[in-house]
Amino acid sequence: MTMLSRDELKDIITGFVPEAEFPEGTQLPEVVIPAAKLTELMEKLKSDSKTSFNYLISHTAVDFSTHFTLVYHLESVEKRHLLVVKVKLEDRENASVDSLAAIFPTCNYFEREVFDLFGIRYNNHPNLKRLFLEDDYGYPLRKDFRDEVNMIER
Amino acid sequence: MTEEIIKDVIVGENEDYIINMGPQHPSTHGVLRLEVCLKGETVKYLIPHIGYIHRGIEKMCEANTYQQIIHLTDRMDYLSAHMNNEAVCMIVEEAMQVEVPERVKYIRTILDELNRLASHQLWWCAFGMDLGALTTFFYGLRDREMILDIFEESFGSRLLHSYNTPGGLMWDVHPNFQNRIKEFIKYFRKKLPEYNQLLTGNVIFQERAKGIGLMSKETAIAYGVTGPSGRGSGFACDVRKIAPYGAYDKVQFNEILRTEGDVFARYEVRMDEMVESLSILEQLVDNIPAGDFTAKMKPIIKLPAGEYFKRVETARGELAVYVVSDGNKNPYRMKFRTPNFSNLFVMNEIASGYKIADLIAISGSLDLVIPDIDR
Repeated sequence: MTMLSRDELKDIITGFVPEAEFPEGTQLPEVVIPAAKLTELMEKLKSDSKTSFNYLISHTAVDFSTHFTLVYHLESVEKRHLLVVKVKLEDRENASVDSLAAIFPTCNYFEREVFDLFGIRYNNHPNLKRLFLEDDYGYPLRKDFRDEVNMIER
Repeated sequence: MTEEIIKDVIVGENEDYIINMGPQHPSTHGVLRLEVCLKGETVKYLIPHIGYIHRGIEKMCEANTYQQIIHLTDRMDYLSAHMNNEAVCMIVEEAMQVEVPERVKYIRTILDELNRLASHQLWWCAFGMDLGALTTFFYGLRDREMILDIFEESFGSRLLHSYNTPGGLMWDVHPNFQNRIKEFIKYFRKKLPEYNQLLTGNVIFQERAKGIGLMSKETAIAYGVTGPSGRGSGFACDVRKIAPYGAYDKVQFNEILRTEGDVFARYEVRMDEMVESLSILEQLVDNIPAGDFTAKMKPIIKLPAGEYFKRVETARGELAVYVVSDGNKNPYRMKFRTPNFSNLFVMNEIASGYKIADLIAISGSLDLVIPDIDR
């Protein structure tokens, strides 16, 4: 029932996904994995009794102009450790990744929000529709989004 | 002729009957549309449609400085304005490694609890009214007025105070601050039993609240339902206990948990939380240390490049702020994980199979604030 330290988490996750990278000097323990391994890692993180990350706090994306980074904040309700899982999507035009809605039901809606605001598509999503905006609106949280009428450029 | 009509009725019976609740509906407390599929009077499933008041706060944050962002966060969950402000302030202070004076921490914690009380009082008013008890509205608003008067005296505004700034507070509290809080505690301790007499013990109310909208602990965790709604299902999610901030590590209080998971359990959690808030206020109000009301901050705040994450407990659950900074005076990306967003989407899970009148009770017990969902 104790919290796992950064190094212990690192060892366990390397066991799950050998390609995982662990950036140093971050506020929370962090792991960067290839997009193809996302579902596999999340399933193991949730079901493994040592990690038991069963609560997805939030999911969002960041547009770094050259690529998207998907960010998942996880917490274990029993053990209270936190983990940030990151996935880089290099292809900005046809960005897509596997949906985690089957593992974390709450992710369903976070994914719809990210799809709405970034235009990232989720494979096998139960209901991938825009959440806030109209269908023909652009993707406003992308850095190259322009709205001549409503935005003032400084 | 009669045969044809009867045939028509039978044909219609197997079809889904879809009715839109909202966007303008008194029980949704905002512009939320629920697409409810009914079978007779029973809810088969429901689909929430949101975005009617989407203002793009996250996009606006990217063009504003951290001091300006504080004013935007008020407008998310307007009933927990102080906690929203505090979340942004704390993330800036943590990133800049500014040590906030003890006085600020105490005052912030007191304001958190006052805000929580005011929010729970308003929820109690509205929840009673949703279920047809109009008197609760007058009782609750009368007592909430005392808290709003304290806010008005110290910050000049009643609802959206924006009183926090990175590093501390805008200005010091009014000299009357402590006395008025003590007056309020004394007053509200007398009034709270009235609340219980009026609504909690009411048989009609209990019949409508017990055993309705059952949510298991697993569902609460899976859907990320936090705050009193999650704690009504036994999900220990109080950020004040998990990761204490402000002066919460200096006070004694209990995390209220219920395991029933129905509407009544969520109601009881909030009622008990009001008592806990009063007790936290009592412990803090006489011990506010003397000192500065703000730490020294540069006029232009630039967070060191990196990523920051901070959570606070608002009146409705866990607010998490995630900031990506590239070293400029504006954040590169700012994400608000708001409690109501997650709390809303569990509704299909917990309202299916109940009557449409129960749906009002269920949505009331989740205590949704719509601008917090849309952002």
